[in-house]
Amino acid sequence: MTRVPLLSVENLTVQFRGDRGWVTAIEDVSFEIGAGENLGIVGESGSGKSVSALSILRLHGRANTRYASGAIRFGGRDLLSMSERELRKVRGGDIAMIFQDPMSSLNPVLTVAEQIIEPLQLHQGLSAAAARRRAIELLEMVRIADAGRRIDEYPHRLSGGMRQRVMIAIAIACQPKLLIADEPTTALDVTIQGQILELLRDLQREIGMSVVLITHDLGVIAEFAQRVLVMYAGRVIEQAPVAALFDRPMHPYTDGLIDAVPKLEGDLHRLTTIPGNIPDLATVIPGCRFNPRCREAKDACRRDPPALLPVGPDHLSRCPPRAAAGGAV
Amino acid sequence: MTEAPIVTVRDLVKTFPVRGRAGEPKRTLRAVDNVGFEVLRGETLGLVGESGSGKSTTGRMLVGLISATSGTVELFGHHIAAGAEKGALNKVRSRLQFVFQDPQNSLNPRMRVGDAIAEPLDVAGGLSRQTRNDRVRELLELVGLPRTCGDRFPHEFSGGQRQRIGIARALALRPDFIVCDEPVSSLDVSMQAQIVNLLLDLQEQLGLSYLFIAHDLAVVRNISTRVAVMYAGGIVEMAPKRDLYAAPKHPYTQALLAAVPRPVPGRARPPSVAGELPSLIDPPKGCAFHPRCPFAFDRCRVEKPRLKPVEGGHAVACHLHEPGGNRPPAL
Repeated sequence: MTRVPLLSVENLTVQFRGDRGWVTAIEDVSFEIGAGENLGIVGESGSGKSVSALSILRLHGRANTRYASGAIRFGGRDLLSMSERELRKVRGGDIAMIFQDPMSSLNPVLTVAEQIIEPLQLHQGLSAAAARRRAIELLEMVRIADAGRRIDEYPHRLSGGMRQRVMIAIAIACQPKLLIADEPTTALDVTIQGQILELLRDLQREIGMSVVLITHDLGVIAEFAQRVLVMYAGRVIEQAPVAALFDRPMHPYTDGLIDAVPKLEGDLHRLTTIPGNIPDLATVIPGCRFNPRCREAKDACRRDPPALLPVGPDHLSRCPPRAAAGGAV
Repeated sequence: MTEAPIVTVRDLVKTFPVRGRAGEPKRTLRAVDNVGFEVLRGETLGLVGESGSGKSTTGRMLVGLISATSGTVELFGHHIAAGAEKGALNKVRSRLQFVFQDPQNSLNPRMRVGDAIAEPLDVAGGLSRQTRNDRVRELLELVGLPRTCGDRFPHEFSGGQRQRIGIARALALRPDFIVCDEPVSSLDVSMQAQIVNLLLDLQEQLGLSYLFIAHDLAVVRNISTRVAVMYAGGIVEMAPKRDLYAAPKHPYTQALLAAVPRPVPGRARPPSVAGELPSLIDPPKGCAFHPRCPFAFDRCRVEKPRLKPVEGGHAVACHLHEPGGNRPPAL
């Protein structure tokens, strides 16, 4: 079965300028998103998950970023070779984004109305009155009660969950084909997190958009994503359909992440941990970048950089020993 | 055998004045509303609630970081809250400590971590340079950091390591009781597990008691002996850990448990509880949870339920669990 991807990231390497020269933040990252699909990207802080997502719209500071290699294909064009001007038409149009902290993403001195109306006028050329009507409709779509009154409020008058709903309303204003959600529920209370995930799923069905959801929480991944990319130290280390990832994780790091999630059922023994810390970007680790923290590391893992190998249907893993031990299906 | 609790809190209340617009009457925000609990030696009480539940304010009053409006706090037999004798807090101060949520902001970025850890020792005084430095190395080792890293600055450490430094600093004066205010909330899942395990090890080695504050029920499950759930300033349910997770009684506790995302793909997710967290300035009449509660009935809208024991150390503040109430279905 072949699917025509909506977006495909091919062998993307992104570097940042640091105090001591250029460091590689993500290396050789490839993935695809089908139309209407939910892709989850999971990893610890410093894994490169947000760098990958922000790179899609080239949102890194221009002076200190180098898109060293690769391509990002969307609708037959390469986003990396577009001019700033062309790209601006894509941002907030066909590809929209929401962030972790809605308070710092909303402009505190503009009302909700002013912030939703802007993309509508910019991308869809609506008149002021039509844009306002559409803005109220959008607030109703994200289930903000009393939208006609709320629209003239300033962000500080809204709760955290409400602000994230406004961010989502702005993001879906132009019926994007792809929504990139970078830790959209991390800053929210647990009961509000559930509401926002439900809302995203409903909107996705209504609009038919694809979603890239970035999170460090495998619980959120399990509930939301169809396919999952696991990242570690700037590389994709495993990629699989969500059920396969949880049933048969093929990388020891994925195992560790799944085991570290606190459980609400079952025995109350100690939490399983992954020892150590994620390495600094500038640290050079020969062989597999995970080997210093891996319980299963062998000599080869300390020597040879592992390749991302197929280990099952639509399932890739960057752990050759495990792949050899029976990954092939 | 019953032992006297090391912490006893009764009817604790904290209100903050809210400045309104000119001409409007002064209003008050009731952050903590009649909270009471005990902590026994060597146990961990998990205190769980969402934003505005009053959990952090309660933790802060316990160690005297803010003063209570009314109510009593008794620590190691000394009353420290409102109306306590002068200097009472000083008698117990070295025996209680506080671990903050954000190790990024609670450590001075320009102070070497060894000096940050030694600061409580320096304030207490009476140690030779040699003893002080030995103690710092001992503390670093105790929290699983290299003995030699005291010369480094906070930015050279990861979030998880910085939280270890915060814990080492809290342990410097050999406390008996530590309030941990969301110590793992800003950390990655894998780091959370490391810090929770470290706190469990330290408790076993040093006989510590904890008040462990968190915003979700998953995190406190491994570390707590008992768990108290707060909503809008009050405790709505308190029970030994096993009972709380196996048979939550308050509809809010049930909603909070249902809301935790599980790492199980394809699980039929229970619908989220509707509505937002209530205002503390103008709280709902009756039970604060009633506007969001699927089981609310007339009495819930007018009369505030009190926390009452139901069975074996399990207490709940809900009219459904009183004689004649319609009990909610078990989760």
